Amino acid sequence: MSRERKIIVNALTRVEGEGALHIQLDGDEVEEVRLSIYEPPRFFEALLRGRAIEEVPDITARICGICPVAYQMSSVHALESALGITVTPEIRALRRLLYCGEWIESHALHVFLLSAPDFFGCASGIELAKQFPQQINDGLRVRKVGNSLLEILGGRAIHPVNVRVGGFHRMPLRDELTPLLSELEWALAAAIELADWVAGFPFPTFDAACELIALHHPDEYPLNEGRIASTQFPALDVNEYEQHFSEDQVAHSTAMQSTRRGQTTPYLLGPLARVALNRQQLSPQAFALAEKICPASVTQNRFASILARMVEVVSCLEESITTIQRYETANQAFVPYVAQSGFGCAATEAPRGMLYHHYEIDDKGQVSGAKIVPPTSQNQRQIEFDLRGYLPQLIHEPDKTIANECEKLIRTYDPCISCSTHFLTVNVLRR
Amino acid sequence: MSDLPATEKKRLGIFKFASCDGCQLSLLSCEDELLAFAEKVEIAHFLEASSCTLPGPFDLAIVEGSISTSEDVERIREIRRQSRSLVTIGACATSGGIQSLRNWADHDEYLRYVYPHPEYIDSLATSTAISDHVTVDFELRGCPVDKYQLLEVVMAFVRGRRPKIPSHSVCLECKRRGTICIAVTEGKPCLGPITQAGCGAICPAYQRACYGCFGPCAQANPASLSEHYLAEGTPSLQMIHQLRNVNAASRLFQIESNRIETKTPSARSHS
Repeated sequence: MSRERKIIVNALTRVEGEGALHIQLDGDEVEEVRLSIYEPPRFFEALLRGRAIEEVPDITARICGICPVAYQMSSVHALESALGITVTPEIRALRRLLYCGEWIESHALHVFLLSAPDFFGCASGIELAKQFPQQINDGLRVRKVGNSLLEILGGRAIHPVNVRVGGFHRMPLRDELTPLLSELEWALAAAIELADWVAGFPFPTFDAACELIALHHPDEYPLNEGRIASTQFPALDVNEYEQHFSEDQVAHSTAMQSTRRGQTTPYLLGPLARVALNRQQLSPQAFALAEKICPASVTQNRFASILARMVEVVSCLEESITTIQRYETANQAFVPYVAQSGFGCAATEAPRGMLYHHYEIDDKGQVSGAKIVPPTSQNQRQIEFDLRGYLPQLIHEPDKTIANECEKLIRTYDPCISCSTHFLTVNVLRR
Repeated sequence: MSDLPATEKKRLGIFKFASCDGCQLSLLSCEDELLAFAEKVEIAHFLEASSCTLPGPFDLAIVEGSISTSEDVERIREIRRQSRSLVTIGACATSGGIQSLRNWADHDEYLRYVYPHPEYIDSLATSTAISDHVTVDFELRGCPVDKYQLLEVVMAFVRGRRPKIPSHSVCLECKRRGTICIAVTEGKPCLGPITQAGCGAICPAYQRACYGCFGPCAQANPASLSEHYLAEGTPSLQMIHQLRNVNAASRLFQIESNRIETKTPSARSHS
């Protein structure tokens, strides 16, 4: 009998976008693990060239329907850095509020519809709702609050239309935002309760120490601004990113993979990394929740990422309430600028982790070069590395179990395959 | 419908091609309707939402994304063969999406610009609508689609009636919303008069020109509109790019952006 086993998951499910997993085993040895992203390439960096800088946030939003605000935020901040402009404190606060809306909807989608079913052997959130109708309905209602923030500030939840270089097209009236307060307050209390429910899930343990990277800002939880902090290396300014990180292409994937230059081991981005590096910056209730359900001791357990997401949902809800309470209708919607040639880069925290953009602008105010490094292409090597570490404990299980358990691990990173250009397929080959 | 026995439920498949995932996400964003909706139909294939995938045939295939690889040309034919009705959702599926900008560009140069090893990549030189490849029973526009329109279309097919989706211009929604016309009062080159309704006329309500994300409306006259804006001072390149956006390859927008480009070669778009 051949010792070779090949396990293939042709289409990963409950992730955003399409990809596959190929596993090749030889007896008890893991020979190969490949996460294939087969989303067709869409060439955003190429097609942005020649476009006016004003069009960039609308175009880059189309990279991802789950986190369009992240693409809008990284692009406008990079362009503003090239133009040498700084937005007003009011615009800055509302951009954080918009981003909070996206984090709430994206995290709630992941927690209640994509990830929670794994802990109960369910195929979907819809199936899980039969077992836990109250929790799933409440989870969806929390998500809806995030979408409402996006709709008021951005016009619509998916591909919002209000973000522009220099600020917004129009500032909201105070009266447009305050009606949301009661629902936000309900959601804050509900999210804390739901977090307790999630904390009681039967958690597998997979502790695999690795480098965690996230933006860090001394005064606030990182969204639009901060230095690039790491659990293993000194913090960097965002404009040093390309000196320290590189992207490579591998044959099995249409996504690029990122590495820290000079290092052979990968790194992890996302909620666990952010909580690990920014615990003190969480909102008060989120901090208390994190101490209870997501202490420092669990931030290396990949399956705890769902807890870190709940902590961040609470942090975003609490910040949204404070921001709206303080908001007075502001008149200046954007900071004017004169288009000029230049180079600018920025990193912001997408729900799945740090998203880096750079742009070169010519003297006509058009993009002449662009680089976009999505979080999933940075996490991809860590995911493959972790699968290799996770497989030995599963190796005597049937192929179907191996495939399922590997898919569950992959889901904990909430990979966004559309962003990283391609979809996932899982294959297991055993020798 | 909910009174019918389970076996009478229509079998739905949701399929993705080149896209951002946003249109199928719209279904999951029906927070208030999702669980009730899932009772009324059998969701047999929806990779983003469920690990349970059942084989075809399907009563209704809902297709997101454009055709941009040779493998996808085959895959959409197979989905069509297995589906009684096929509905396309979103700008990618109905017109080729933002990625159709490659249709005007040097595809090899695009490959080399983005990938150090272009030889690993399977990609066609064009990104095209699903209807360029197979028969489509209904096209739902938008980038993204409106979630209520999506529910209306799906329920119409489930119940065997025609979807009630207006094909008139978005200007009517703008008037209904009470927004002052920014094309008339501020001279902004708004694509509203030639763009199909469905979004709720959000852009002018946020003080910006419509950028056509629902594609051309019925009886649109793009040449008349763009000639007006060009005469009022909108630069040709800006007008071309306004049309050459998420619905660049929709027939009417494509004809018009090409017409302006031919007329003003100096405005030849870089891409």
